[in-house]
Amino acid sequence: MKYIIAVVRPHKIEDVKKELLNEDVHLMTITDVLGCGRQQGVTEVYRGVKEVDNLLRKVKIEVAVNEEYVDRTIAAIKKGAREGEIGDGKIFVLDLEQCIRIRTGETGKEAIG
Amino acid sequence: MEKIVSADVAWVLIATALVMMMTPALAFFYGGLVRKKNVLSIMMQCFVTICVVGLLWVLYGYSMAFGPDKGGVIGGLEWSFLRHVGITPNSFYGPTIPHMLFMAFQMMFAIITPALMIGAFAERIKFSGFLFFVIMWATFIYNPVAHWVWGNGGWLAKDGALDFAGGTVIHINAGISALVLAILLGKREGGVFPKAPHNLPFAVFGAGFLWFGWFGFNAGSALAANGTAVIAFTTTAVATAAAGTMWMILDWTFNKAPTMLGVATGIVAGLVAITPAAGFVSPMSSIAIGAGASIVGFIFVTKVKPLFGYDDSLDVFGVHGMCGVWGAIATGIFASKGINPAGSGLIDGNAIQVWIQIKAVLTTVVFASIGTAVLYYISNLIFGMRVTKREENIGLDLSQHHEAGYTLME
Repeated sequence: MKYIIAVVRPHKIEDVKKELLNEDVHLMTITDVLGCGRQQGVTEVYRGVKEVDNLLRKVKIEVAVNEEYVDRTIAAIKKGAREGEIGDGKIFVLDLEQCIRIRTGETGKEAIG
Repeated sequence: MEKIVSADVAWVLIATALVMMMTPALAFFYGGLVRKKNVLSIMMQCFVTICVVGLLWVLYGYSMAFGPDKGGVIGGLEWSFLRHVGITPNSFYGPTIPHMLFMAFQMMFAIITPALMIGAFAERIKFSGFLFFVIMWATFIYNPVAHWVWGNGGWLAKDGALDFAGGTVIHINAGISALVLAILLGKREGGVFPKAPHNLPFAVFGAGFLWFGWFGFNAGSALAANGTAVIAFTTTAVATAAAGTMWMILDWTFNKAPTMLGVATGIVAGLVAITPAAGFVSPMSSIAIGAGASIVGFIFVTKVKPLFGYDDSLDVFGVHGMCGVWGAIATGIFASKGINPAGSGLIDGNAIQVWIQIKAVLTTVVFASIGTAVLYYISNLIFGMRVTKREENIGLDLSQHHEAGYTLME
């Protein structure tokens, strides 16, 4: 089992969700985050003063998947999130030790769903 | 020679300020109903309308709408730059108040009418196209219709159409134009409607202050501090109360729970419907008018819109357009000589008034829809009316205005 964390542009979230659904991945957790990477910064203009902020709004998607779903999940996220510009984001793949469904008590492969 | 009456001047001055306040209130009503990323775009469109249309009004708009009549169709430009619009009253336009006050009062109506349409194309309109379109619409749609219904010599007025404070000129005009724009612009991205409001308290705040300002809108249209103003004030209070209550009942019955948004929408529906009728009907009749408005509005918002699938984002057509139509026809039904000698409807036995009202409604609908479509195509050709998919996903605030409404994480 793997736990996949992706940080993507906020306005790409709908495309990413669509691509994941295409690959039969329905379960995910999404959070609003601030982050910085290589992107120098989108400027926001407040009353005519340009502010270049190091921390940019991004969205974090977290998905727990069984081994056979890892590659297609990564491909789906890439397809949905990519714009070809610096700031597209990153995907991290972690080993998942255990997964439990709270309602039924199922563990492992069945719990991931 | 007309004499200025101080009490009338004082009241109409206050009413003018109340109506002006309605456009910022609208900014909150609509602003709260859109998603977070588009809140500033709504407010920007509202406030820019106040500034630009207000300016154009004194340059030529007032003259086009209320100036010396040309063939019953439009006013001439003799009053442009407010020439001949001074302190001396105009005997037709508020015989006891300065002419300039009448002009200022009407300015606030000319401003809020195009602002109403903002709800229909919310969250996807391009600002440059919007600005050009609003200028054109105010000039070529609002001014003529205002002249027909309220101008000295306007052909719908001569016909006997009753519109106390602007059911036709404002709500039906804007409502049908909004529908045309919603259809021509196309639906918002994402395919899931409605989109959740980001700040319902804002929307409620806006609705509340729209009601407050509407007392100026309706009672101020009496252009005097007199009995008619009092009647218009009362019917505005009663019809709206009935409408809010009725929408709560409908929500509770058909949607399992009474909602704040429902009551707020019902309130606006009632206010729209009583607008043409305010100074012509009895307070008891206004209960029927208000309750009827919520029924009409509820049907159009919950049944007709999903059925036809047009994305009138904030129900401008359903609430302003259709409740305006109901209000105009209800005026023909409930207007009574006993309330106001200037208006007599079905309730008095004067059935023909209903037909006169319908005629005015149909004329406005045809003119406004064709005119809006033409202006849309011109604006779209020159500026483009819709943002790109990427801009729409990012949100209009950042893409059109490089601004964010909220700094939620620092």
